[in-house]
Amino acid sequence: MREVIRAENLEKRFGDFAAVKGVTFSVAEGEAFGFLGPNGAGKTTTMRMVQCVSPRSGGHLEVLGMDPATDAREIKALLGVVPQEDNLDPELTGYENLRTYARYFGVAKDVAEERIARLLAFVEMEKKKDVIIEHLSGGMKRRLVLARALVNDPRILVLDEPTTGLDPQARHLIWDQLQGLQAEGRTIVLTTHYMEEAERLCDRLVIMDHGGVLIEGSPADLIDQTIGRQVLEAEAVPAVLSCLDRHGLRYDLVGRSVLVPTDDPAQMTGTLLHECGSIKLATRPTTLEDVFLKLTGRRLRE
Amino acid sequence: MKRQLSSLAWAVWQRNLDVFSKTWQVNLIPPAIEPVLYLLALGFGVGAFITDIEGVPYIRFIAPALFAVSVMNASFFECTYGSYVRMYYQKTFDAIVATPVTIEEVIAGEILWGATRSLISAGIILPVLVLFGVVDLPGSLLLVPFAFAAGLLFASIGMCFTAVIPNIESINYPAFLFITPMFLFSGTFFPLDLLPPPLQAAALAVLPLAHVVNVARALTLSTGWGFLLLGLLWIGIAAPILFFFALRLMKRRLIV
Repeated sequence: MREVIRAENLEKRFGDFAAVKGVTFSVAEGEAFGFLGPNGAGKTTTMRMVQCVSPRSGGHLEVLGMDPATDAREIKALLGVVPQEDNLDPELTGYENLRTYARYFGVAKDVAEERIARLLAFVEMEKKKDVIIEHLSGGMKRRLVLARALVNDPRILVLDEPTTGLDPQARHLIWDQLQGLQAEGRTIVLTTHYMEEAERLCDRLVIMDHGGVLIEGSPADLIDQTIGRQVLEAEAVPAVLSCLDRHGLRYDLVGRSVLVPTDDPAQMTGTLLHECGSIKLATRPTTLEDVFLKLTGRRLRE
Repeated sequence: MKRQLSSLAWAVWQRNLDVFSKTWQVNLIPPAIEPVLYLLALGFGVGAFITDIEGVPYIRFIAPALFAVSVMNASFFECTYGSYVRMYYQKTFDAIVATPVTIEEVIAGEILWGATRSLISAGIILPVLVLFGVVDLPGSLLLVPFAFAAGLLFASIGMCFTAVIPNIESINYPAFLFITPMFLFSGTFFPLDLLPPPLQAAALAVLPLAHVVNVARALTLSTGWGFLLLGLLWIGIAAPILFFFALRLMKRRLIV
């Protein structure tokens, strides 16, 4: 598959602070690629460099075969951007917002009209198209931002936390729409800290922390590599821990729970119940969240 | 280096015009009333104690100054309060630079819009002044295109402040320490030559409004052509310098 974004040792410094330190990744045409990480991991900064709105401090970056440092205008013409914060023009209506945005891309008027009508239908905002943005709900604004990002018929859609703050209905609608856009052949790049979102949407993803990439792969690969498909979860009481130590079993401490990865949950359950006495335990499939917490720790991020 | 400034700046200008058109009643009526109040209070009130200045009735003396002040306020405050709100609170600039429009074009569009606000103000005030019979015709019709040029100057100045202030309250500094003194000491309500010569020279050197007043006054009174030439020269040099300076400062603030 053709590469549409390639970053090698990408760096971003703000004065003495290195926000992104030597990040390497590549995104293939038509795939959905995710950046996961806690706040301050460097996801948004990386995305801003890809979007050509923040110049890189070092390393190599190529978007659609062009260099953001010299071809920003040409690259931006082919990107659709959904920013973290809704920045629609609050005094204008949904329709007017899209028309205004189409002008920034120099889309011809008749093409724009036809496309805007189609996009408003796509995000299910036809009925509300003449309502001033200030009077719309968060989910409606988000859908309009998505429609706005499509007025230039972009090859790559870049989304920074596309569903943060939305209710489940609105979130599922956006997910369906994004999957539809990917099916049309568009490349999707997104940041999120919702594991469910990443598992559902991303073909491949990287987990970032402290400005670097910790791991890269498909959601299933990451789970396999890092923990394993199944885990046993038990209370982290001293009796259990000493029992696990005694039997030389590998485990991870996650807050008040202890996670024991295993490929054979039935057998492991039997072993533990037999060896460690009457303890409370449950088996479940491993999730991306387990991977995420294992790699980035549980300490709160400001 | 590729071209950072193109006609896409007008798409930014158009966006501001669209928003302005939605609330034109609020935007047009108050600016029309203010100069009428000044004209009545100063022209007829204060003017009653003054026979004439430099051979013209006081109301005719201050009419071009009121014009100049409203042209200044329209563009200066559009590119300070207006631009700051769009930049910081509404994130409008962020939304626009995600498209092929460059930051230079965003700022150029904002300044062109600021100048357009001055043009609109001129279009409102001039008929009022004509109605009061205090300006010469047809020379005063040139005030309309001149308002756009003066607007570019004050919009660029406003944008330079917007690029460096840390928060919206800080607009008080230029508003009270720059605009207000200029409002009083630019030959607006009394002739500049009443000031001691060094202050007079200083006013002409650093107060943009002084030149705008001089040009406007020459047009409305059909006299003082020397000052008109000096003023046009001063504005013609200062406006482009400040325009590009504003672009540079804003780029430094926003592209990180």
